Amino acid sequence: MAQVFSPIHNTLARLSLLAALALPAVIIVASSAVTRSPYGTNAKVVLDQPVPFSHEHHATELGIDCRYCHTSVETSETAGVPPTQTCMTCHSQIWTNSPLLERVRQSYYTGVPLQWNKLNSVPDFVYFNHSIHINRGINCNVCHGPVQQMMITYKGRYFYMAWCLKCHREPERNIQPDGAKAVFQLYQDYQRGDLKDARERALADGEEYDPTPAEVEKGRQTLEKYHMTATKKQLTDCWTCHR
Amino acid sequence: MQNNEHKRLDLKEVRAKLEGKRGPQYWRCLEELAETEEFQEFLLDEFPQQARGLMPEMDRRKFLMLSAASLALAGLSGCRFLPARKIVPYVQRPDEIIPGKPLFYASVHPFNGDAIGIIVTSHEGRPTKIEGNPDHPASLGATDAITQASILNLYDPDRAQNVTNLGQISTWDDFLKAARDTLARPGGGAGLRILTGNVTSPTLADQIATLTGRYPGTKWHQYEPVNRDNVYAGTRLLFGAPLNPVYRFDRANVILSLDSNFLLSMPGHVRYAHDFGNARRVRSKAVSTNQPAHNTMNRLYAIDSMPNITGAMADHRIPVRASEVEAVAFALAQQLGVAGVTAPGPLPASVPPQWLSGLVQDLQANRGACVVVPGDHQSPAVHALAHAMNAALGAAGTTVVYTDPVEISPADNMASLRDLVNDMQAGKVTMLLIIGGNPVYDAPVDLNFKDQLTKVPLTAHLGLFDDETSARCRWHLPETHYLEAWSDARAFDGTTSIVQPLIAPLYDNRSAHEVLSELTDTPGTSLDIVQGYWRRTRPSPTFDAFWEKVVHDGLIPGTALPARTPAAGRAAAITPSPPSPSIGGGAGGEYEIAFMPDPTIWDGRFANNGWLQELPKTLSRLVWDNAAFMSFATAEALHLTTEDMVALNYRGQTLPVAVYAMPGHPDNAVTISLGYGRERGGRNAEEAGFNAYALRTSDAPWFGPGLSITKTGGRYFLVGSHMRNSINMAGRDPVQHATLQDFIKNPDFVRNDAEVHDPPLDESFYGDAHTHEHKYEGFGTYAWGMSIDNNVCIGCNACVVACQAENNIPVVGKDQVSRGREMHWLRIDRYFGTGRSNTDYLANPRTYFQPIPCMHCELAPCEPVCPVAATVHSAEGLNMMVYNRCVGTRYCSNNCPYKVRRFNFYKYAAGQPNRMPGNFDLPTIQLVANPEVTIRGRGVMEKCSYCVQRIDMARIEAKKADDGAGREIQDGEVLTACQQACPTNAIVFGNIKDANSQVKKLKDEPQDYSLLGELNTRPRTTYLAKFTNPNTAIDPADSAEAEEVAS
Repeated sequence: MAQVFSPIHNTLARLSLLAALALPAVIIVASSAVTRSPYGTNAKVVLDQPVPFSHEHHATELGIDCRYCHTSVETSETAGVPPTQTCMTCHSQIWTNSPLLERVRQSYYTGVPLQWNKLNSVPDFVYFNHSIHINRGINCNVCHGPVQQMMITYKGRYFYMAWCLKCHREPERNIQPDGAKAVFQLYQDYQRGDLKDARERALADGEEYDPTPAEVEKGRQTLEKYHMTATKKQLTDCWTCHR
Repeated sequence: MQNNEHKRLDLKEVRAKLEGKRGPQYWRCLEELAETEEFQEFLLDEFPQQARGLMPEMDRRKFLMLSAASLALAGLSGCRFLPARKIVPYVQRPDEIIPGKPLFYASVHPFNGDAIGIIVTSHEGRPTKIEGNPDHPASLGATDAITQASILNLYDPDRAQNVTNLGQISTWDDFLKAARDTLARPGGGAGLRILTGNVTSPTLADQIATLTGRYPGTKWHQYEPVNRDNVYAGTRLLFGAPLNPVYRFDRANVILSLDSNFLLSMPGHVRYAHDFGNARRVRSKAVSTNQPAHNTMNRLYAIDSMPNITGAMADHRIPVRASEVEAVAFALAQQLGVAGVTAPGPLPASVPPQWLSGLVQDLQANRGACVVVPGDHQSPAVHALAHAMNAALGAAGTTVVYTDPVEISPADNMASLRDLVNDMQAGKVTMLLIIGGNPVYDAPVDLNFKDQLTKVPLTAHLGLFDDETSARCRWHLPETHYLEAWSDARAFDGTTSIVQPLIAPLYDNRSAHEVLSELTDTPGTSLDIVQGYWRRTRPSPTFDAFWEKVVHDGLIPGTALPARTPAAGRAAAITPSPPSPSIGGGAGGEYEIAFMPDPTIWDGRFANNGWLQELPKTLSRLVWDNAAFMSFATAEALHLTTEDMVALNYRGQTLPVAVYAMPGHPDNAVTISLGYGRERGGRNAEEAGFNAYALRTSDAPWFGPGLSITKTGGRYFLVGSHMRNSINMAGRDPVQHATLQDFIKNPDFVRNDAEVHDPPLDESFYGDAHTHEHKYEGFGTYAWGMSIDNNVCIGCNACVVACQAENNIPVVGKDQVSRGREMHWLRIDRYFGTGRSNTDYLANPRTYFQPIPCMHCELAPCEPVCPVAATVHSAEGLNMMVYNRCVGTRYCSNNCPYKVRRFNFYKYAAGQPNRMPGNFDLPTIQLVANPEVTIRGRGVMEKCSYCVQRIDMARIEAKKADDGAGREIQDGEVLTACQQACPTNAIVFGNIKDANSQVKKLKDEPQDYSLLGELNTRPRTTYLAKFTNPNTAIDPADSAEAEEVAS
């Protein structure tokens, strides 16, 4: 009777044993790769919006300050999405017949709000406050990506808790002495093509930046200035964000 | 397992256990004295039933199968795609709204002839929380439980939402047409009757006057089941005119309560509690401007017929039957030398003569600084005598001032309702408009209001709920909640405020003002009407500025009624009340019955309010029910025990009701609270408790003799929170108590009998590196702590509801409470204690209140046992509970000696297992939720957070202050919800690292102690000991006993 298994089957058997061992690891790695990909996180994915609003046009080309629309970013937990009325301050005068703005006009005349698709959100048990981050000089782009370059707005970054904690553990890496002023100066500098250093360039492009030791030292002094050296530990308390 | 399988409480067992020895010095309930099995279970475990009842019994195989499946699929719950969400901005944003930032509006809560000034929090247009208005004299920043909970009524899903005609949905226009047709008929106006509650709204009274002017013959009747008829009858008897006494407890050293409950149910009670508490606060050093050094206390004597918190706070209390109070008042007036008064009979046996003489001496020694306070429900003679005594003691004008009645047009409620019923019976009424109230349910039974109503051709009821009265009226008209329409209201001293609405009516509701304006053919919005009235009364070119200011401030300055100096009293004219005639058939029994407003749901108007139903009653700690309270001895004599069903036969009426043996209740009497046994009016209201109105008659609305009690057999399941979450003190004292005299002699008494800990508490096995100082001090600027003053806690429950409203705490229902699963983060433990003999012990125990939030232990026993680090310590000393980490092992609650942890056995917040208003799956109830606090899901532990959302908000504001330069959080900037609601400022929260903070100074007081400090948990919440200020002439033993305890 002929041999059923040829020598090659030895190798196959060994390989399939290996594969069986590796399979759970592969599944875990693959599934986490999928969840972390834009497919899972929607990061850098453009969503349809009722009006194709361009931050690039309004903020960079026209130089409108972020706070013209996001009025409560310095004072409240939410930055605020502008009411239709804010759009109409200009668009009752210019582009009054633009078909792209038809839904804005509709909303204004009928009183029915526009419904935007939400890009950035944190889970319900996370209590994020915009105002304190802006007041401590954390730039919009740190979390939202290069907003002033976005033709159509997309989610700049997916918020993992580990990523939040990185900064909450070492606030000196990101904190800025001039607070809100520093945050909004960046966009004026960008508009003028006048970005000062590597940090600003990275910020403007919405990229992760590794501060130099000198910058970290400066950050430490800033913490001192804000009387935060002693209270820094509080930033990583669970109840700072979850309650 | 069924809950009511437990053995019934046996009073004989209690007696036997106490025979020949003194029981524990502090105790919670008779079940504890009897050492029942159920009590023992609750003492040993926080959740003795654990998860029993959650799922069907299963065999081992199925259990393993499910365990394996849940383990295998555990991670899957995290797999989901991100939900698509929408952002819906405003079209035109209102100027004052900053998204994410709450707004605060002044308003006033009109309530039963009184009003409490409030500040309402509004999140993006929806009112979410009520706080007191610091500028309003009836509030001074504090509130009571009912005011706190009144916001839930606004969102109650069972509220009436439609006009109905004979139960069919109709329209306002149809109703108005029908009404106008009736009025237009010849003589139609003469047949119009309007029935309201006691009106303290100047605008409403003005509108009614306009209406009666327009339709001559129209009559206005006022009736509320809890009213001040006797107050006005008494002052009329003495002074010749009805007057409103306003008490000034801040000026009183000696207070005698003649069966009054001025701390909880009298108009002005929040203010009264505030003044009373200030005069009882003992401080060795000044703590703040409003808490100066103070080593004296007022002395409160209480002659009490019902279990109430005023008696519980008394230094000397004697339980007597309600009908005997008058005899005591006569004897007292005679001994005080009130001209013309002679006691018609002997002193009741329950009042020892030396008690009375000691009281008389004390009152006379404090002329001008003492006050006699009669209870609103006591007879007119008691009121007249009390005020005659006040005049004789120099109290009139100092500790009590008299003003005209607060009601715009005061009416004797009973007489007014009787007139109306007579007119209805005589067929004189063609149209009856009932504005508010629920007379079909709460009118005295002998008037037979319900049946007379059928003789009226056109009846209409304007009310918040579709209740018993709506069902009997042709038309039901949905009324606005007070936060939905403009109005005005006077407080206990006459101070007038504008009721400012926070939200447009949720349904097609109209206010009383709007309905009346239609009937006078001057229709307008509630704003037009109220503003128009004030514009007419106060014509001024600057009216708009005036209006803006009074609406903003929440009161109209200078509207407090002026003090009247009454004419010399005619004390000689006071005659004893005639004995109540017996009505109807049936042999008169030997017992006395008394009625009291319920401490939570009042006269029944809050019966559908889940927060109030689940709030433990101030003394009995019952929830979701009322019961027939009787003394231990009476229950024993009748061979009854708690939960036995009896039939109360009184004046030809019979009411089946459950018995509750209430320590401290006078013998041979039964007290039953009003407001329960509703037939209609919402899912919580219906079928809870027993309808005491079925026994209440118009000639003796508060108490009367001739009650007989028959045991009918059967058991009714009563649920009290007194057993649930009992701290196991293992023989230690849960509260610290001394007399003031002893405290002054021995200020360190709380430490004298402290246990000696071996090894010493500050020594650690791990050396210095792990001692307390190294673990939690040294980080940061703040170390949060709380101090609770048991000495001024009056047990009013305002803090408990404030916490529930602030922290989105769900309502779980009677069955779940019975299993120890109530969710309150803050509870008030009520202890009885310290009698000199065993008889005294049960018949007249002293009462102690101790609010228990999370202690935020520095060495928290809950933390090391959590397998997933879901409860950990913050750098500032908060014991944090992290919901998103919690897997629900309940090890932490098992290890918490204070039993403050709460577990979500069901999705309570979504209405499981039964749908309670107060839970957040109901669309309207979602609107009351505080957006700053997570709504917890099933299977997670939760507990008091020291209102961390308020700390976080204050921190962010402080950091942003001074143009971003930042400052520290100031003392008093963070008020926890319980602290803010407390009328006596018994709760103080703050930074104990700040040597100048109030809380630190309080913790440095000698009477500061930790609850179960012996366990070395180092709680951040500490307590200040309870003091009493007994009169040694009455009670020499008191002081000796305290010494024995202290030494």
